[in-house]
This record gives sequence, structure tokens and C-alpha cells, in this order.
Amino acid sequence: MSLYQTLAARLKRLTLVPAPVYAEQPSRRLRFWPMMATGALAIGVTLAPAPQAQAQGLTLLNVSYDPTRELYREYNAWFADWWEAQGNPRPTIQTSHGGSGAQARAVIDGLAAHVVTLALAGDIDAIATRTDLIAEDWQSRLPQNASPYTSTIVFLVREGNPQNIQDWDDLVRDGVEVITPNPKTSGGARWNYLAAWAYAEANGLDPQEFVGQIYRNVPVLDTAARGSTTTFVQRGLGDVLLAWENEAYLALAELGEDQFDIVVPSVSVLAEPPVALVPGNVTDDNLHALATAYLEQLYSPEAQAMALRHYYRAWDTSAADPEDVARFPEVNRLTIQHFGGWAEAQPLHFGDGGIFDQIYQE
Amino acid sequence: MTNAMIIPARRRRLRSATSEPTLVKWLLIGLCLAVLTVLLFAPLIAVFDEALRRGWAFALASLSEPDAQAAIRLTVLVAAITVPLNATFGIAAAWAITKFDWRGKAWVITMIDLPFSVSPVVAGLLFVLMFGANSALGVWLVANGFPVVFAVPGIVLATLFITFPFVARELIPMMLEQGRAEEEAALTLGASGWRVFMTVTLPNIRWALLYGVLLCNARAMGEFGAVAVVSGKIRGQTTTMPLMIEMFYNEYLSVAAFTMAGVLALLAFVTLTLKSALEWRYADQLAATHRH
Repeated sequence: MSLYQTLAARLKRLTLVPAPVYAEQPSRRLRFWPMMATGALAIGVTLAPAPQAQAQGLTLLNVSYDPTRELYREYNAWFADWWEAQGNPRPTIQTSHGGSGAQARAVIDGLAAHVVTLALAGDIDAIATRTDLIAEDWQSRLPQNASPYTSTIVFLVREGNPQNIQDWDDLVRDGVEVITPNPKTSGGARWNYLAAWAYAEANGLDPQEFVGQIYRNVPVLDTAARGSTTTFVQRGLGDVLLAWENEAYLALAELGEDQFDIVVPSVSVLAEPPVALVPGNVTDDNLHALATAYLEQLYSPEAQAMALRHYYRAWDTSAADPEDVARFPEVNRLTIQHFGGWAEAQPLHFGDGGIFDQIYQE
Repeated sequence: MTNAMIIPARRRRLRSATSEPTLVKWLLIGLCLAVLTVLLFAPLIAVFDEALRRGWAFALASLSEPDAQAAIRLTVLVAAITVPLNATFGIAAAWAITKFDWRGKAWVITMIDLPFSVSPVVAGLLFVLMFGANSALGVWLVANGFPVVFAVPGIVLATLFITFPFVARELIPMMLEQGRAEEEAALTLGASGWRVFMTVTLPNIRWALLYGVLLCNARAMGEFGAVAVVSGKIRGQTTTMPLMIEMFYNEYLSVAAFTMAGVLALLAFVTLTLKSALEWRYADQLAATHRH
């Protein structure tokens, strides 16, 4: 009570006393430092409530490529539940997404991935050959060439297909703008390139000439698949997007089926985005068990159904929604073996001074 | 055509020698406003418009996502480490350069400018090369449980590098203009070096210092290129606000992306408003130290 009264009296006095019209310099000078202190305090307060979300369980880092964001967001949550249900402490699963080639490069430069789930075997091969992190025979350690799900390359065109694009030879026409990422950094782009190459071979055209003509119709080369999708879908550039089938379906689902159509070309590829453990970064036995289970469970019916739901062509359809399975049209899909395997195709087409470099310099 | 219209106008009316004909004046002002509208105001409004497309609640909810929160915290943390350090380095460098004569001064001034002239991507790669798994130093650091690249220290280092010149560059011209007379006077009165610095130099430069710190802070929070290279893009771990914006955008979460972009833009607004408010409030003092 008395405290309140004193305060009130003081307040009154404060308001009654007229402020000096010309404040003296020294008193003003002082205010600079309290102000700085307030600023520092504000920063401190912002940082202080940082809850240290340290789970007791292990932390697993999955370094993946671009279009798998939605799939792994769902799978990570499911897997954490499953792992906990097996009587283990709940793990924290972190992901990093980017262009497949760029992600492989980051792992080589020291990004401490425990598992890699990239767009193509060539990128994991690059890690295996340039470092001791992964053994050369990694692809034989898991079923189906270590690829729990596959995809293919399709065309995404604008609603009604105004340019009437039906097959690869429509991409070289004058005035057709093609959107595809850079094969140097993007896994999907390498599949795009190889599918076009295969079409030319099958139709008696000079493949290098044909693929070169396609790239002359490309106004922007993004670094990764998702970048190209946004260029085409959100910025509205180009007439046709060469896309992962799963990216194309995702774009339809996210942005409306009334805006785009999917066109399936006569020749495409069997894209196998493989997964691998990175033993060099997994030093702990418990972590090794967790990482191994993480990859093996990708083949479980639940995870396979998830992959199908995210528009990947998975192997096990037993737990899947029939609608997700029926969605995919029949495509003539060539495997990488058609091109001599990644060990041969990668340096020949995409290496330094390779065919892509020659094409692009023209 | 334009000349023909201007010349008679000039003959008819007397005009002050320092002003332009009305037509030219309004043309120039209009042009300037048009450019500003297209380049600055319209995109800025578009950002907020996109962020609030589904209402305030939805925009704010996107910020409360754990990954978004982690990105905001990391960005503030990085700024809280780099800005005080660079303020200290900047003052030290500016003091040494403007108040003393020594050999190699010109070379040091050039080096301070280096981060301005080097592309941020190159700066990032520089750190990857130095501290990455392909350098002996990087291997040793990782083996001792202190990874630099693809972890928070790398992001701090890259930001430190990029924002290094801001404070020094702001202080040096002003301190050169102020000269050394006041410091010399203090010395003849028997003040120690520390006392000269605290009571003479620092009060004279504080406004330029504050301005430099604000600029440095804005860049530290907004840096994308160099940070993208060293970050490794681990969600909720090494993702700063600018990286998070790109991620959200790529995940078709455009409301989340533009809300976070709006937050960054607002931070810049606060910075600028703060600076203008201070300039207005302390105009007399600024006039007394007469710079800026």
C-alpha cells in the first residue's frame, strides 16, 4: 500500500517538474551506451529460450536428393515410431536435400552422412571411388540394386498441350522451350539426357546431334530437379519440363491437375535411385544398427506403400492403395546397362570434356 | 521536341539558376519513382501479399514449425557471434589505420576490402577447401570432435568473412576526416592510450560505429551464397533463415517461404527505422561531430 503511494507520488512529481528545455550534453552522451546494452539484451533474450531439443536417442543423417523431400518427411516419422516400437529410444532423423551430384560432392567434402539416398548409382560410386567411406560393392548389399523404389522420365506440359508435344522429336522443334536441369549437378538431368540419347539411337538419328538440338532449346539450366520444376511450374517458363515421374505427379497434386498434363514418351529410362550405408561415417555399433534398419525398412510393405503414394514405382504393392499402383502407365524403360553402366556412361557423357561439355560449348 | 518546349519556357519566366524547368523536374522525379516502384516497392509488397495469402494465422503457424524456429535461432545466434566480433575487429583496424603510421598500411586496407570483391561462393568454397574432409586440418578437426564445415562453426566463419569490411569501411573515412588533433591534445594533457581511446576516439565515432554495426547485422542475417556452400543444408541443424526460405519455396510451401522472407525484410525495416530515428533524435550531436 505505502509502496504504491510512494510510487504514485513520485510519478506525480516526475510529471510536474518541467523538463529542462536544453538537455545538457553529458546526460545525452550517456544514453548511447544504455541503448547498445538494450540491443545486446534483446539478442540475449531471443537466444535464451532456445530449447535444447536433445533427444536421448541416436541422431541419423540422411543425405538425399531433391525430389524425395516429401517421401522422407513421411518415412522418417514412420520409421522413428517403428524403431521406438522395437524397444529402442526414439531416434532423431535429419535430412539434407539438394542436387544429387552436389550432395555427393558435399559428402566427399566431409558432410557426415550416415546413409545416402541419391538419384543415381553414379553419384554413390563417386563417393566410393574418391573416399574410403563406402565400399565399392555397396550396390549388392541391398535388394533390387539397392533401389527400394524406381521412377522414370516423363514430360510435363501445360494444360491442353498447346505445343502438341508427344515424343522426344517434338523437343527439337524451333520455338519449343525445354526445361531441364544441369546434368553436371542433377541426377534427374542425366536420366533426361540419356533417355533422349536412347530415343535418337532407336530412331536412326545421330544421338549427339539430336541431344545437342534439345539443349539449344533450353533457356535455363537449374542445378537441381526441384529448381527446374519451380522454374516451369511457378515462374511459368518453358513449354515442356523433362521431369522425374514422381516430380511431375507431385506438381500436379500441389498446383492443380487443371494446369498441366503428363505426356509419356515412347522411350524412357528405368531410373533407379539407390540407397547406401556410409560405414566410414558410422563409428558406433548402435548407430550402425539404426542406419541399417533405416535402409532395410525402406523395403517393408508400409514404406513401399508410402513410396507409391509419393508417386514412385515401388516393388511391393501388398500394403498399397490400389489407386496409387494403377496410376502408372506402361513405359518402355531402358536400364543404365543399356548405356554400359554408370562406370562407363558417367565419364563418357558427363565427365570433364565429355559429350555433354562438347554439346554445350557449341 | 523536348528542347523546343524547354527553351521558350526559360525565356518567359525568370528561374533560379540552381533549379531545373518544371517539366524536367517532374519528369526526373516521376522516372525515379517509377523505377523505385518497379524495383523496390512492388516486389516488397508482393512478398507480404504472398505471405498473407491465407491469412495471418496461417502465416504465423508456418513460423512456429520446429525447423523454422531452429532456422530463426541459428540466424540470430550467427549474427550475435559475428556482429560483436566484427565490430571489435573493425574498430581495431580503423583505429590502427587512421591514427598511426606504419608500413604495409595500404596493403591492410586492400585486404579489408577483399570480402567485398570476392564472390560469396568462392568464399564458401575457400572454407570447404580449408576445413573440408580433403584437407589435413579438416580431418584433424573432425577426428577431435570439432567439425567446421557442414556445421555451425563453418557458417559463423563464412559470415564473419563476408561481413568483415562493414564496420571498418564505415569508420575509416570518418576517422580520417576527423584527424588526430583531439587525440594529440589528450596525449599532451597526459592521458594514457586507453583513456584517449575511451574518452576521445570512441565518443567521436559512435554514430558511424552504430551504422556500421546495423549494416553488418543486416548482412550477417541475410547472407546466402557463402553460407549455402558450407551449410550442408541439414534441416533444423545448419539451415539459416535465407536457406530455409529457399527450402520452403522448393517444397511448394510458398506461404512459409514468403512469411520467413517477410520476417527478414521486417528485420531490415527495423534496422533502417532505428537508424533514421536515431539520426533524427540526435541530429544536433551529429551536426556537432559533423559527419554523416
